[in-house]
Amino acid sequence: MRMPPSDAAVLARRAAIIEGLRALVPGEGVIVEPRELRAYETDGLTAYRQIPLAVVLPSTTAEVAAVLRFCRDEKVKVVPRGAGTSLSGGALPLADGIVLGLGKFNRILEIDVANRCAVVQPGVTNLGITHAVQHLGFYYAPDPSSQIACTIGGNIAENSGGVHCLKYGLTTNNVLGVEFVTIDGEVIRVGGKHLDAGGYDILGTITGSEGLLGVVTEVTVRILPKPPGARALLVGFPSNESAGDCVAEIIGAGIIPGGMEMMDRPAIHAAEDFVHAGYPRDVEALLIVELDGCEPEIDHLIGRVEAIARRNGAVSLRVSNSEEERLAFWAGRKAAFPAVGRISPDYYCMDGTIPRRALPYVLSRMREMSERYGLRVANVFHAGDGNLHPLILYDANNPGELERAEAFGSDILRLCVEVGGVLTGEHGVGVEKRDLMGTMFSEEDLKQQQRLKCAFDPEGLLNPGKVFPELHRCAELGRMHVHRGKLPHPELPRF
Amino acid sequence: MTTWRPSDLNELREIIAGAVADGQPLEIVGGGTKRSIGNLSQAAHTLDLRALSGIRAYEANELVLVAGAGTPLAQIGRELESKGQMLAFDPPPLGPDQTIGGVIAANLSGPRRLTAGAARDHFLGFTAVSGRGEIFKAGGRVVKNVTGYDLPKLMAGSWGTLAALEEVVLKVLPRPEKTRTVLLFGRCDREAVAALARGLGSPYEVTSAAHLPAAAAARSSVGYVAAAGSAVTALRLEGFGPSVEHRCRALRDLLGAEEELHGANSRVLWDEIATASLLPRDRVLWRVSVAPSAGPEVAAAVARALDAEFLYDWAGGLVWIALAEAGGDGGAAIVRDAVRRAGGGHATLFRAPDALRAAVPGFEPASSLARRIKEAFDPLGILNPGRMGF
Repeated sequence: MRMPPSDAAVLARRAAIIEGLRALVPGEGVIVEPRELRAYETDGLTAYRQIPLAVVLPSTTAEVAAVLRFCRDEKVKVVPRGAGTSLSGGALPLADGIVLGLGKFNRILEIDVANRCAVVQPGVTNLGITHAVQHLGFYYAPDPSSQIACTIGGNIAENSGGVHCLKYGLTTNNVLGVEFVTIDGEVIRVGGKHLDAGGYDILGTITGSEGLLGVVTEVTVRILPKPPGARALLVGFPSNESAGDCVAEIIGAGIIPGGMEMMDRPAIHAAEDFVHAGYPRDVEALLIVELDGCEPEIDHLIGRVEAIARRNGAVSLRVSNSEEERLAFWAGRKAAFPAVGRISPDYYCMDGTIPRRALPYVLSRMREMSERYGLRVANVFHAGDGNLHPLILYDANNPGELERAEAFGSDILRLCVEVGGVLTGEHGVGVEKRDLMGTMFSEEDLKQQQRLKCAFDPEGLLNPGKVFPELHRCAELGRMHVHRGKLPHPELPRF
Repeated sequence: MTTWRPSDLNELREIIAGAVADGQPLEIVGGGTKRSIGNLSQAAHTLDLRALSGIRAYEANELVLVAGAGTPLAQIGRELESKGQMLAFDPPPLGPDQTIGGVIAANLSGPRRLTAGAARDHFLGFTAVSGRGEIFKAGGRVVKNVTGYDLPKLMAGSWGTLAALEEVVLKVLPRPEKTRTVLLFGRCDREAVAALARGLGSPYEVTSAAHLPAAAAARSSVGYVAAAGSAVTALRLEGFGPSVEHRCRALRDLLGAEEELHGANSRVLWDEIATASLLPRDRVLWRVSVAPSAGPEVAAAVARALDAEFLYDWAGGLVWIALAEAGGDGGAAIVRDAVRRAGGGHATLFRAPDALRAAVPGFEPASSLARRIKEAFDPLGILNPGRMGF
């Protein structure tokens, strides 16, 4: 992976930089031993590793501000990090940069039931928020599969989704406010317990910015009353087409299920072999449709979804009649990644989104690619919103196989864009999809995004090498090319 | 004074590039229904986007609609209704001329914003021309996308000061089969906001929650509301028939509600709330967003200093303040001080005489970061200068 060239001057000043950082963050808050740094060398995208210059673990906003200001003055790059679960390499370190870990920001600051929100520090885990409010009958809706480990700060950086986001939204739809620190050390609060911005929506801009614009130090999230109940249908189909048609008809009927997941035959078999969830093996596609709400609503919708499924050729159909059964339906889907990990030494998880109508075409093209690359692929799919997670099976010990898996993955993402979709639905661009940005965006599109970056971080010190394939200097990006004489009709009076 | 009416993206780019070259700022307008909000544009020339009109793609099953920025909101509404869908953020009906581009640029949302999200939460992607005279796009045409910065969020609520939208991509959702509005009579502001919080904290999926003090309620054209002769507190329930009926009964029991509205009455009431039309027309109008529980406190603080009427939406978090005698600053200092003391939020000058709009910051004063963002898109200040106070 090509990363920005290391700054030799920074590497040469390492000892002085560490001394400076230690003056700002006391004791064990600055990690410099190679053995300890190794714990931070990678994130959820383990194919890439890099030992950072140092790791800094501040515990107050003032320390974060001091560290960022120091790094700006010393021209030291900064890679922010939560729990390091990014699947796109968002927290991949740089040799000449520090990793700024927010793990010590792990406190719930306030639970405000009257305003249905919680104020937490960014290092609190996603599930930790739900745990803190569930005794009051509330929960935090976005549920990325890493929710037991991933932090809310990381969720904001990546705008994380999850199984329930079709109905309840992504992170950006569930965050009310943040405090963040710019590379200049300025502490900025946007949003809060109120709704919407009084000026530009900086909160919405920070969310999903992959650590390139600022470091979040406090978060206010919306919490929701827990639905009184949930039941699920487990439906098998003889083809991906019929499963896709069923999904389209459910949505067309005005039903937005709490969750709607699809698995293809390889994924069904891997999951069933692993957890024995009772999935049918003789179907091409399996759909889990979960309906939540009050009992009359669930009963009503179960009936309607069942009718739609049968109309679309379902060959097997079960409705959960107990909480145990509902969880059993999910057990296979939730274990899909480790299940695939069991049948292959390594797997590579992709994350494109497509218009759902293109699903059969995309899956058939993927089968062709699978043969061409000589690598198997299993698909799990957030069917409601078109977010596809192909798992490419490979063995890193076979020379060249990782590279082949990556090329296969890139082809899948190009295909997603080709059919009108996008490179990433919830995992972020990071380093992983950085070099594919040009398939979705023009040079002008990317330059305008980088001009926004310049408004926050003109020296490009925050998480460089992520998201953008080419780094431009802000002075160059800001230049205007105004030539009156070269306008299309210079002879016409205009104003 | 020139009015430009581009009919496609390329013309739009040429006009803005020309304005950049000549240093001539432009006021961007659609139907002009929001021209009375905030501050006055300082541009001499007008860029009218209404010819960039038409629904370019709509696939109900994909929950995505693509339209030219100048497309009338009413046209989009009709098209969605024909497929049983809607814009879930409830854009307030401000007249037949309003365009979807204007709704997005103002990030204006109605009562359902409380639970379904704002315009910005249903804005998936766009094509636009920046104040540099360059075409760019961001976001995508699918409902789930995190590729690149979320520029749609930044564009929503930027009031045309960053770029001129040419095309917008919207997330659309099913229109509820059934609606019920549960009414409580005679609660004071604090009791009402507490009741709204109980409703929203219950599992009965309240989608909108408003409180009308007696004077506002009396102006409603819904008989049940106007005849109450007291303050009226309203909670909206939406969804599938059997579910709504069940939740309506449960919510009425929980809150001891006196009355419920069905169908047309319910629709009329929420439109009246969305447009604050229950407040006197001839007054200075502020739109204030605070923590829901702080709404009554803000109103009380303003009422101590000024002759004011109020209307609460968003469970108390959106306070409409109509001022009879507002003083030289239109009540800005008192309103903004009340917001600050109540824990923060923001106040927008929603309707006022032009002299006042020229003198008072209509939005929260821009931070230095906001100014740098403006420069990143429109370094010469060509687009809607002055519109947001800068």
